[in-house]
Amino acid sequence: MTTIEQVYEILSKVTDPEIPVLTLDDLGVIRDVNVISDDEVEVKITLTYSGCPATDVMAGDIRAALFVAGFTKINITHVISPAWTTDWLSPKGREKLKKYGIAPPAATLSLQEAIVECPQCGSKQTKIISEFGSTSCKALFQCENCLEPFDYFKCHR
Amino acid sequence: MLFKYLLQLADNQLILSQRLSELCGHGPALEQDIAITNISLDLIGQARLLFQYATKHDDQKRNEDQLALVRPENEYRNVLLVEQPNVDFAHVIVRQYFYDEFNFLNYSALVNSKDEELAAIATKSLMEVKYHLRFSRNWMLRLGDGTAISNQKMQDAIDDLWAYPGELFEMTADEQVLAKAGVAVDVSTLQENWKEAVLATLQEATLAIPEGTWHQTGGKKGIHSEYMGHILAEMQFLQRAYPNQTW
Ligand SMILES: [Zn+2]
Repeated sequence: MTTIEQVYEILSKVTDPEIPVLTLDDLGVIRDVNVISDDEVEVKITLTYSGCPATDVMAGDIRAALFVAGFTKINITHVISPAWTTDWLSPKGREKLKKYGIAPPAATLSLQEAIVECPQCGSKQTKIISEFGSTSCKALFQCENCLEPFDYFKCHR
Repeated sequence: MLFKYLLQLADNQLILSQRLSELCGHGPALEQDIAITNISLDLIGQARLLFQYATKHDDQKRNEDQLALVRPENEYRNVLLVEQPNVDFAHVIVRQYFYDEFNFLNYSALVNSKDEELAAIATKSLMEVKYHLRFSRNWMLRLGDGTAISNQKMQDAIDDLWAYPGELFEMTADEQVLAKAGVAVDVSTLQENWKEAVLATLQEATLAIPEGTWHQTGGKKGIHSEYMGHILAEMQFLQRAYPNQTW
Protein backbone atom coordinates (compact mmCIF):
# COMPACT_ATOMS: atom_id res chain seq x y z
CA MET A 1 0.00 0.00 0.00
CA THR A 2 1.16 3.52 -0.77
CA THR A 3 2.20 5.22 2.45
CA ILE A 4 1.37 8.73 3.57
CA GLU A 5 5.02 9.66 3.03
CA GLN A 6 4.82 8.48 -0.56
CA VAL A 7 1.65 10.53 -1.10
CA TYR A 8 3.40 13.62 0.27
CA GLU A 9 6.29 12.84 -2.06
CA ILE A 10 3.87 12.77 -5.02
CA LEU A 11 2.18 15.98 -3.87
CA SER A 12 5.52 17.72 -3.41
CA LYS A 13 5.92 17.64 -7.20
CA VAL A 14 2.61 19.39 -7.90
CA THR A 15 3.20 23.07 -8.65
CA ASP A 16 1.19 26.26 -8.29
CA PRO A 17 -0.49 26.92 -11.66
CA GLU A 18 0.17 30.68 -11.46
CA ILE A 19 3.68 30.61 -9.98
CA PRO A 20 4.99 27.28 -11.32
CA VAL A 21 8.30 27.65 -9.50
CA LEU A 22 6.46 26.98 -6.21
CA THR A 23 5.15 23.58 -5.24
CA LEU A 24 1.91 23.35 -3.27
CA ASP A 25 4.12 22.29 -0.41
CA ASP A 26 6.20 25.48 -0.63
CA LEU A 27 3.00 27.49 -0.72
CA GLY A 28 1.75 25.76 2.43
CA VAL A 29 -1.71 24.83 1.18
CA ILE A 30 -1.68 21.08 1.86
CA ARG A 31 -3.16 20.56 5.30
CA ASP A 32 -3.72 16.84 5.65
CA VAL A 33 -3.35 13.52 3.85
CA ASN A 34 -5.13 10.31 4.66
CA VAL A 35 -4.54 7.02 2.83
CA ILE A 36 -7.72 5.00 3.22
CA SER A 37 -6.93 1.99 1.03
CA ASP A 38 -4.87 0.94 -1.97
CA ASP A 39 -7.00 2.99 -4.29
CA GLU A 40 -8.54 5.58 -1.99
CA VAL A 41 -6.94 8.73 -0.60
CA GLU A 42 -8.13 11.92 1.06
CA VAL A 43 -6.33 15.27 0.72
CA LYS A 44 -7.21 18.43 2.60
CA ILE A 45 -6.11 21.69 1.04
CA THR A 46 -6.70 25.31 1.91
CA LEU A 47 -7.29 28.40 -0.21
CA THR A 48 -4.77 31.20 -0.46
CA TYR A 49 -7.04 34.14 -1.38
CA SER A 50 -10.80 33.40 -1.31
CA GLY A 51 -11.22 34.26 -4.97
CA CYS A 52 -7.98 32.78 -6.26
CA PRO A 53 -8.87 31.14 -9.60
CA ALA A 54 -5.90 28.79 -9.24
CA THR A 55 -7.65 26.82 -6.50
CA ASP A 56 -9.70 24.62 -8.83
CA VAL A 57 -6.68 24.02 -11.05
CA MET A 58 -4.63 22.96 -8.00
CA ALA A 59 -7.29 20.43 -7.02
CA GLY A 60 -7.32 19.10 -10.59
CA ASP A 61 -3.53 18.79 -10.65
CA ILE A 62 -3.51 16.95 -7.32
CA ARG A 63 -6.16 14.60 -8.64
CA ALA A 64 -4.16 13.91 -11.81
CA ALA A 65 -0.91 13.24 -9.91
CA LEU A 66 -2.59 10.83 -7.50
CA PHE A 67 -4.46 9.07 -10.29
CA VAL A 68 -1.18 8.41 -12.10
CA ALA A 69 0.11 6.95 -8.83
CA GLY A 70 -2.72 4.41 -8.84
CA PHE A 71 -5.45 5.98 -6.76
CA THR A 72 -8.93 5.88 -8.27
CA LYS A 73 -10.92 7.38 -5.41
CA ILE A 74 -9.47 10.78 -4.61
CA ASN A 75 -11.33 12.99 -2.17
CA ILE A 76 -10.11 16.56 -2.08
CA THR A 77 -11.71 18.75 0.55
CA HIS A 78 -11.14 22.41 1.31
CA VAL A 79 -10.46 23.58 4.83
CA ILE A 80 -10.41 27.28 5.71
CA SER A 81 -9.23 27.16 9.29
CA PRO A 82 -6.54 27.94 10.32
CA ALA A 83 -6.63 30.55 7.58
CA TRP A 84 -3.73 30.64 5.15
CA THR A 85 -1.32 33.54 5.55
CA THR A 86 2.02 34.18 3.89
CA ASP A 87 3.63 32.82 7.08
CA TRP A 88 2.78 29.37 5.64
CA LEU A 89 5.26 29.91 2.79
CA SER A 90 8.26 27.68 3.35
CA PRO A 91 11.78 29.19 3.57
CA LYS A 92 12.63 27.17 0.47
CA GLY A 93 9.60 28.69 -1.26
CA ARG A 94 10.77 32.20 -0.42
CA GLU A 95 14.20 31.47 -1.93
CA LYS A 96 12.62 30.04 -5.09
CA LEU A 97 10.42 33.14 -5.47
CA LYS A 98 13.43 35.42 -5.29
CA LYS A 99 15.33 33.43 -7.94
CA TYR A 100 12.23 33.50 -10.13
CA GLY A 101 12.13 37.32 -9.96
CA ILE A 102 9.36 37.77 -7.38
CA ALA A 103 10.21 39.49 -4.10
CA PRO A 104 9.03 37.31 -1.16
CA PRO A 105 6.67 38.75 1.49
CA ALA A 106 8.10 41.27 3.95
CA ALA A 107 7.27 41.18 7.66
CA THR A 108 4.70 43.97 7.54
CA LEU A 109 1.34 44.55 5.86
CA SER A 110 2.22 48.16 5.11
CA LEU A 111 3.38 48.61 1.54
CA GLN A 112 5.14 51.85 2.42
CA GLU A 113 7.05 50.48 5.40
CA ALA A 114 7.83 47.08 3.91
CA ILE A 115 11.48 46.60 3.05
CA VAL A 116 11.20 44.94 -0.32
CA GLU A 117 14.43 43.83 -1.90
CA CYS A 118 14.81 44.03 -5.68
CA PRO A 119 15.08 40.40 -6.88
CA GLN A 120 17.33 41.55 -9.75
CA CYS A 121 20.04 43.64 -8.06
CA GLY A 122 19.29 43.21 -4.35
CA SER A 123 18.77 46.93 -3.72
CA LYS A 124 16.45 47.87 -0.87
CA GLN A 125 15.62 51.18 -2.58
CA THR A 126 12.34 50.10 -4.11
CA LYS A 127 8.91 51.68 -4.37
CA ILE A 128 5.32 50.58 -4.77
CA ILE A 129 3.84 51.13 -8.25
CA SER A 130 0.51 49.34 -7.88
CA GLU A 131 -1.14 47.82 -4.79
CA PHE A 132 -2.69 45.13 -6.95
CA GLY A 133 -0.89 43.00 -9.49
CA SER A 134 -1.30 40.23 -12.05
CA THR A 135 -2.69 37.84 -9.42
CA SER A 136 -4.43 38.31 -6.05
CA CYS A 137 -1.25 37.60 -4.15
CA LYS A 138 1.01 40.17 -5.81
CA ALA A 139 1.67 43.91 -5.95
CA LEU A 140 3.86 45.74 -8.44
CA PHE A 141 7.10 47.38 -7.32
CA GLN A 142 9.96 49.16 -9.03
CA CYS A 143 13.64 49.23 -8.14
CA GLU A 144 15.09 52.73 -7.86
CA ASN A 145 18.60 51.41 -8.37
CA CYS A 146 18.35 49.24 -11.51
CA LEU A 147 14.92 50.67 -12.45
CA GLU A 148 13.44 47.22 -13.14
CA PRO A 149 9.78 46.77 -12.25
CA PHE A 150 9.07 43.52 -10.40
CA ASP A 151 6.32 41.55 -8.67
CA TYR A 152 6.11 41.51 -4.90
CA PHE A 153 4.37 38.60 -3.16
CA LYS A 154 2.33 40.63 -0.64
CA CYS A 155 2.45 39.95 3.06
CA HIS A 156 -1.01 38.57 3.87
CA ARG A 157 -2.20 37.91 7.40
CA MET B 1 -32.69 31.23 10.12
CA LEU B 2 -28.92 30.79 9.81
CA PHE B 3 -29.52 29.99 6.16
CA LYS B 4 -31.15 33.38 5.55
CA TYR B 5 -28.40 35.16 7.45
CA LEU B 6 -25.72 33.45 5.35
CA LEU B 7 -27.51 34.46 2.15
CA GLN B 8 -27.76 38.03 3.35
CA LEU B 9 -24.01 38.17 4.00
CA ALA B 10 -23.23 36.41 0.73
CA ASP B 11 -25.57 38.54 -1.38
CA ASN B 12 -23.84 41.78 -0.37
CA GLN B 13 -20.49 40.39 -1.47
CA LEU B 14 -21.96 38.84 -4.61
CA ILE B 15 -23.81 41.90 -5.92
CA LEU B 16 -20.96 44.30 -5.19
CA SER B 17 -18.59 41.89 -6.90
CA GLN B 18 -20.90 41.79 -9.92
CA ARG B 19 -21.02 45.58 -10.04
CA LEU B 20 -17.23 45.83 -9.88
CA SER B 21 -16.81 43.14 -12.52
CA GLU B 22 -18.62 45.43 -14.98
CA LEU B 23 -15.53 47.64 -14.82
CA CYS B 24 -13.12 44.92 -15.94
CA GLY B 25 -11.32 46.48 -18.89
CA HIS B 26 -12.97 49.86 -18.24
CA GLY B 27 -11.01 51.21 -15.27
CA PRO B 28 -9.65 54.77 -15.51
CA ALA B 29 -6.06 53.48 -15.69
CA LEU B 30 -4.49 50.03 -15.79
CA GLU B 31 -3.59 49.96 -12.08
CA GLN B 32 -7.12 50.86 -10.99
CA ASP B 33 -8.63 48.44 -13.47
CA ILE B 34 -6.52 45.63 -11.97
CA ALA B 35 -7.31 46.76 -8.43
CA ILE B 36 -11.07 46.79 -8.95
CA THR B 37 -11.03 43.45 -10.73
CA ASN B 38 -8.96 41.94 -7.90
CA ILE B 39 -11.35 43.28 -5.27
CA SER B 40 -14.24 41.87 -7.28
CA LEU B 41 -12.50 38.50 -7.31
CA ASP B 42 -11.93 38.54 -3.54
CA LEU B 43 -15.58 39.40 -2.96
CA ILE B 44 -16.88 36.60 -5.18
CA GLY B 45 -14.52 34.25 -3.36
CA GLN B 46 -15.88 35.37 0.01
CA ALA B 47 -19.43 35.02 -1.30
CA ARG B 48 -18.66 31.48 -2.45
CA LEU B 49 -17.47 30.45 1.02
CA LEU B 50 -20.77 31.71 2.43
CA PHE B 51 -22.90 30.10 -0.28
CA GLN B 52 -21.05 26.80 0.12
CA TYR B 53 -21.79 26.88 3.82
CA ALA B 54 -25.41 27.88 3.13
CA THR B 55 -25.94 24.79 0.94
CA LYS B 56 -25.55 22.69 4.09
CA HIS B 57 -28.53 24.48 5.66
CA ASP B 58 -30.85 24.67 2.65
CA ASP B 59 -34.10 22.69 2.95
CA GLN B 60 -34.36 22.64 -0.83
CA LYS B 61 -30.83 21.18 -1.17
CA ARG B 62 -29.78 23.67 -3.85
CA ASN B 63 -26.14 23.84 -4.88
CA GLU B 64 -23.88 26.88 -4.72
CA ASP B 65 -24.63 28.04 -8.27
CA GLN B 66 -28.36 27.66 -7.84
CA LEU B 67 -28.25 29.76 -4.69
CA ALA B 68 -26.14 32.48 -6.25
CA LEU B 69 -27.61 32.53 -9.71
CA VAL B 70 -31.21 31.37 -9.98
CA ARG B 71 -33.13 32.89 -7.08
CA PRO B 72 -35.87 35.41 -7.94
CA GLU B 73 -35.09 39.06 -7.20
CA ASN B 74 -37.18 39.29 -4.01
CA GLU B 75 -35.13 36.48 -2.42
CA TYR B 76 -31.88 38.45 -2.63
CA ARG B 77 -31.12 40.09 0.71
CA ASN B 78 -28.32 42.51 -0.23
CA VAL B 79 -28.51 46.14 0.83
CA LEU B 80 -29.40 48.81 -1.73
CA LEU B 81 -25.94 50.39 -1.48
CA VAL B 82 -24.16 47.58 -3.32
CA GLU B 83 -26.54 47.60 -6.28
CA GLN B 84 -26.10 51.32 -7.01
CA PRO B 85 -24.64 51.94 -10.48
CA ASN B 86 -20.99 52.69 -11.23
CA VAL B 87 -21.75 56.17 -12.74
CA ASP B 88 -18.09 57.32 -12.59
CA PHE B 89 -14.91 56.47 -10.69
CA ALA B 90 -15.92 58.77 -7.81
CA HIS B 91 -19.16 56.82 -7.29
CA VAL B 92 -17.28 53.52 -7.50
CA ILE B 93 -14.82 54.63 -4.83
CA VAL B 94 -17.39 56.17 -2.47
CA ARG B 95 -19.68 53.12 -2.69
CA GLN B 96 -16.67 50.88 -2.10
CA TYR B 97 -15.37 52.93 0.80
CA PHE B 98 -18.76 53.10 2.56
CA TYR B 99 -19.09 49.35 2.16
CA ASP B 100 -15.48 48.50 3.07
CA GLU B 101 -15.71 50.35 6.38
CA PHE B 102 -18.84 48.35 7.19
CA ASN B 103 -17.41 45.07 5.89
CA PHE B 104 -14.31 45.58 8.01
CA LEU B 105 -16.32 46.24 11.20
CA ASN B 106 -18.76 43.43 10.49
CA TYR B 107 -16.12 40.77 9.81
CA SER B 108 -14.02 42.01 12.73
CA ALA B 109 -17.00 41.21 14.96
CA LEU B 110 -17.98 38.03 13.14
CA VAL B 111 -14.61 36.39 13.85
CA ASN B 112 -15.99 35.92 17.38
CA SER B 113 -19.16 34.15 16.21
CA LYS B 114 -20.11 31.05 18.18
CA ASP B 115 -20.66 29.36 14.84
CA GLU B 116 -17.16 28.04 14.13
CA GLU B 117 -17.50 27.83 10.37
CA LEU B 118 -18.82 31.37 10.16
CA ALA B 119 -15.96 32.58 12.38
CA ALA B 120 -13.46 30.84 10.09
CA ILE B 121 -14.97 32.43 6.98
CA ALA B 122 -14.82 35.83 8.69
CA THR B 123 -11.18 35.35 9.73
CA LYS B 124 -10.20 34.48 6.19
CA SER B 125 -12.22 37.27 4.56
CA LEU B 126 -11.10 39.94 7.01
CA MET B 127 -7.49 39.80 5.80
CA GLU B 128 -8.66 40.64 2.29
CA VAL B 129 -11.16 43.28 3.40
CA LYS B 130 -8.43 45.19 5.25
CA TYR B 131 -6.60 45.51 1.96
CA HIS B 132 -9.75 46.72 0.18
CA LEU B 133 -10.37 49.31 2.85
CA ARG B 134 -6.86 50.68 2.55
CA PHE B 135 -7.31 51.01 -1.22
CA SER B 136 -10.70 52.74 -1.13
CA ARG B 137 -9.76 55.01 1.78
CA ASN B 138 -6.58 56.14 0.02
CA TRP B 139 -8.59 57.05 -3.05
CA MET B 140 -11.10 58.97 -0.93
CA LEU B 141 -8.20 61.09 0.33
CA ARG B 142 -6.42 61.42 -2.97
CA LEU B 143 -9.47 62.47 -4.95
CA GLY B 144 -11.17 64.48 -2.20
CA ASP B 145 -8.01 66.41 -1.41
CA GLY B 146 -7.06 66.52 -5.10
CA THR B 147 -8.08 69.02 -7.75
CA ALA B 148 -11.19 71.20 -7.70
CA ILE B 149 -12.80 68.85 -10.24
CA SER B 150 -11.94 65.61 -8.41
CA ASN B 151 -13.16 67.15 -5.16
CA GLN B 152 -16.45 68.16 -6.77
CA LYS B 153 -16.97 64.71 -8.31
CA MET B 154 -16.33 63.04 -4.96
CA GLN B 155 -18.70 65.41 -3.20
CA ASP B 156 -21.42 64.67 -5.77
CA ALA B 157 -20.93 60.94 -5.27
CA ILE B 158 -21.08 61.27 -1.49
CA ASP B 159 -24.25 63.35 -1.69
CA ASP B 160 -25.81 60.80 -4.07
CA LEU B 161 -24.92 57.79 -1.93
CA TRP B 162 -25.33 59.22 1.57
CA ALA B 163 -28.88 57.86 1.93
CA TYR B 164 -27.76 54.21 1.52
CA PRO B 165 -25.32 53.14 4.27
CA GLY B 166 -27.99 53.52 7.00
CA GLU B 167 -29.59 50.27 5.89
CA LEU B 168 -26.38 48.36 6.70
CA PHE B 169 -27.11 48.84 10.41
CA GLU B 170 -30.76 47.72 10.40
CA MET B 171 -31.47 44.49 12.22
CA THR B 172 -33.94 41.96 10.79
CA ALA B 173 -35.94 39.77 13.19
CA ASP B 174 -33.73 36.80 12.30
CA GLU B 175 -30.57 38.76 12.94
CA GLN B 176 -31.83 39.76 16.37
CA VAL B 177 -32.38 36.15 17.37
CA LEU B 178 -29.04 35.03 15.94
CA ALA B 179 -27.19 37.95 17.53
CA LYS B 180 -28.62 37.04 20.94
CA ALA B 181 -27.33 33.52 20.43
CA GLY B 182 -23.86 34.90 19.66
CA VAL B 183 -23.93 33.69 16.06
CA ALA B 184 -24.67 36.88 14.11
CA VAL B 185 -23.28 40.36 14.56
CA ASP B 186 -25.57 42.99 16.03
CA VAL B 187 -24.92 45.42 13.18
CA SER B 188 -26.80 48.23 14.94
CA THR B 189 -23.86 48.45 17.36
CA LEU B 190 -21.44 49.09 14.49
CA GLN B 191 -23.04 52.32 13.30
CA GLU B 192 -21.26 54.67 15.69
CA ASN B 193 -17.82 53.28 14.81
CA TRP B 194 -18.64 53.40 11.13
CA LYS B 195 -19.73 57.00 11.36
CA GLU B 196 -16.68 58.01 13.31
CA ALA B 197 -14.33 56.42 10.77
CA VAL B 198 -16.18 57.84 7.78
CA LEU B 199 -16.42 61.36 9.19
CA ALA B 200 -12.69 61.33 9.95
CA THR B 201 -11.94 60.28 6.37
CA LEU B 202 -14.25 62.92 4.88
CA GLN B 203 -12.66 65.57 7.00
CA GLU B 204 -9.13 64.53 6.06
CA ALA B 205 -10.21 64.42 2.40
CA THR B 206 -11.60 67.98 2.69
CA LEU B 207 -15.05 66.69 1.78
CA ALA B 208 -18.27 68.02 3.33
CA ILE B 209 -20.44 65.80 5.50
CA PRO B 210 -23.98 65.74 4.07
CA GLU B 211 -26.69 66.95 6.44
CA GLY B 212 -29.32 64.31 5.65
CA THR B 213 -30.08 61.67 8.26
CA TRP B 214 -32.90 59.85 6.50
CA HIS B 215 -31.96 56.59 4.80
CA GLN B 216 -33.22 54.34 2.02
CA THR B 217 -34.25 50.86 3.00
CA GLY B 218 -35.67 47.67 1.49
CA GLY B 219 -32.85 45.47 0.23
CA LYS B 220 -32.60 43.37 3.38
CA LYS B 221 -36.31 42.60 3.01
CA GLY B 222 -35.96 41.73 -0.67
CA ILE B 223 -37.36 45.02 -1.98
CA HIS B 224 -34.77 46.31 -4.41
CA SER B 225 -34.09 49.36 -6.55
CA GLU B 226 -34.79 49.36 -10.29
CA TYR B 227 -31.10 48.57 -10.87
CA MET B 228 -31.34 45.10 -9.39
CA GLY B 229 -33.34 43.60 -12.26
CA HIS B 230 -30.70 44.69 -14.74
CA ILE B 231 -27.90 43.26 -12.61
CA LEU B 232 -29.68 39.93 -12.28
CA ALA B 233 -30.58 39.77 -15.97
CA GLU B 234 -26.91 39.80 -16.84
CA MET B 235 -25.69 37.77 -13.88
CA GLN B 236 -28.29 35.02 -14.20
CA PHE B 237 -28.44 34.76 -17.98
CA LEU B 238 -26.17 31.76 -18.39
CA GLN B 239 -27.74 29.63 -15.65
CA ARG B 240 -31.24 30.46 -16.86
CA ALA B 241 -30.52 29.90 -20.56
CA TYR B 242 -28.44 26.76 -19.94
CA PRO B 243 -29.49 25.34 -16.55
CA ASN B 244 -26.74 23.68 -14.50
CA GLN B 245 -23.96 24.62 -16.90
CA THR B 246 -20.50 24.54 -15.40
CA TRP B 247 -17.24 25.97 -16.66
ZN1 LIG C 1 17.15 46.48 -8.79
